Amino acid sequence: MPSSVMPTSSQGDGQASPAAISAVGLRKSYGDTTVLDGIDLRIPAGSVFALLGPNGAGKTTAVKILSTLIAADGGQAQVAGHDVATSPDGVRAAIGVTGQFSAVDGLITGEENMLLMADLHHLSKSDGRRVTAELLERFDLVEAAKKPVSTYSGGMKRRLDIAMTLVGNPRIIFLDEPTTGLDPRSRHNMWGIIRELVSDGVTVFLTTQYLEEADELADRIAVLTDGKIAAEGSADELKRMIPGGHLRLRFSDPAAYQSAATALREVTRDDEALSLQIPSDGSQRELRSILDWLDAAGIEADELTVHTPDLDDVFFALTSTTMVPSQPKEDAR
Amino acid sequence: MSSLSLAVRDSSTMLRRNLLHVRRYPSMTLNLLLTPIMMLLLFVYIFGDVMSAGIGGGGADRSDYIAYLVPGILMMTIGGTTIGTAVSVSMDMTEGIIARFRTLAIHRGSVLIGHVVGSVLQCIASVVLVGAVAVAIGFRSTDATALEWIAAFGLLALFALALTWIAVGMGMVSPNPEAASNNALPLIFLPLISSTFVPIDAMPGWFQPIAEYQPFTPAIETLRGLLLGSEIGHNGWLAVAWSLGLAVLGYFWSKSLFNRDPK
Repeated sequence: MPSSVMPTSSQGDGQASPAAISAVGLRKSYGDTTVLDGIDLRIPAGSVFALLGPNGAGKTTAVKILSTLIAADGGQAQVAGHDVATSPDGVRAAIGVTGQFSAVDGLITGEENMLLMADLHHLSKSDGRRVTAELLERFDLVEAAKKPVSTYSGGMKRRLDIAMTLVGNPRIIFLDEPTTGLDPRSRHNMWGIIRELVSDGVTVFLTTQYLEEADELADRIAVLTDGKIAAEGSADELKRMIPGGHLRLRFSDPAAYQSAATALREVTRDDEALSLQIPSDGSQRELRSILDWLDAAGIEADELTVHTPDLDDVFFALTSTTMVPSQPKEDAR
Repeated sequence: MSSLSLAVRDSSTMLRRNLLHVRRYPSMTLNLLLTPIMMLLLFVYIFGDVMSAGIGGGGADRSDYIAYLVPGILMMTIGGTTIGTAVSVSMDMTEGIIARFRTLAIHRGSVLIGHVVGSVLQCIASVVLVGAVAVAIGFRSTDATALEWIAAFGLLALFALALTWIAVGMGMVSPNPEAASNNALPLIFLPLISSTFVPIDAMPGWFQPIAEYQPFTPAIETLRGLLLGSEIGHNGWLAVAWSLGLAVLGYFWSKSLFNRDPK
């Protein structure tokens, strides 16, 4: 009975694989403030899902509900086949959570933190030691293992945090803004870690306010704004919803630029940079037809670049205005 | 795993964590011990002559006053130690680690049980330490039987349990550790207005009922009776009633705070 099929995914893919996480009409309010206003999710096992949104969009609230930390006011959610409201311990046994604020014990050492987690997962002493040693090694914390966590840098705390989350070998991992506050190098390290998890078959539910991060990591992205999912799809699908993609032709010879600009009337000119912009969604088919057209017109640019709208464009388009993308939405309340 | 063995296992893991904190940061525990020890020394060696003149209808000497003072100081030690409990509970609740504990498939109450058991053990250790100081400056019990000693320890442990549960609730309800430390101040303030330092009948009449029936005085009077052979009277059951009442109140208070959705 938990396998209610939710037609949230308009593309129809992933319906065959079992959902690791699914939700219908999740709602949560604090007082008069509606934080989640009926969100639907379906995340196939083994995939990376990014919930993208500005501060205050309700990302953390969604994670808290799905990880059994707080109760939803309405709607249903299943994680790993267990209902979050009626079988929270079933959910807890399957998940690992790394919250937004580091969930480490600063008063004890990194190793002691790991052993604490091993004990709480009821591992035997020898298993606990083995898992601790492995994870400390994997997260490059061996040298710091015997030092109190309060002396760790932000990046080290984050790594320890994730290492602690992995102690019980969870199949579903929630990462709430895993790279917020990290320097670029640590951020890239964290991405590497997340990719590694995915290659082990773990399902990752990630929240982020960085579009680049969602683009890098996620199979599917949902843009959450004002407690509603404004759009959902792969990064490319989202980008295609938004106008603004173009080809850019750059010339070094002003004469060639002038003749091209005259030949191609509907383009946007940038006389100073000697470049022309041709609207395009960046798809292969359209690219080919534009190239054919340029060939036919006898135009040869010194440089041709394809600009797809990046997720920033998508993000701002979806979160700033009232614009609703052409996405089939169903009312599941 | 049965739910009882799960509870025992997880709670003892949490207890080990709390004891590890105490071992790593003994300064906090020692700071809390400082107040009762200072009070003991201050009242015996600085105010001792005046104080001893005020008890037993005059004519008492300093060793009589030490005997009078120590049971109250031991109860005060428990009050002081549980302030540390309120602070450490608050630290746990305001930091990210509690969210981790709440999303693990562990016995739900183990976090609090670990704090409570750790706090009671710490109280007993503190009482033994302060008691050792008291013995060093001349405190002796008068003709306490083995049974009375056992009862005395039982009373101290029960009182520690009661104040601990209240302190846990204070820690849970406080928004941060500083506030917890302030909110828990009554635990060390109440002994000052009990029969710790002077007999109740030496206080102003309007104040006597307050001093007499607040939780500390019956516990102190009962301990005095057990160790020094003074009259216990109705203080015995009053002390037990207060302790059980506070423990039950603190337990349900803390539990309902803990089961609330975190912010």
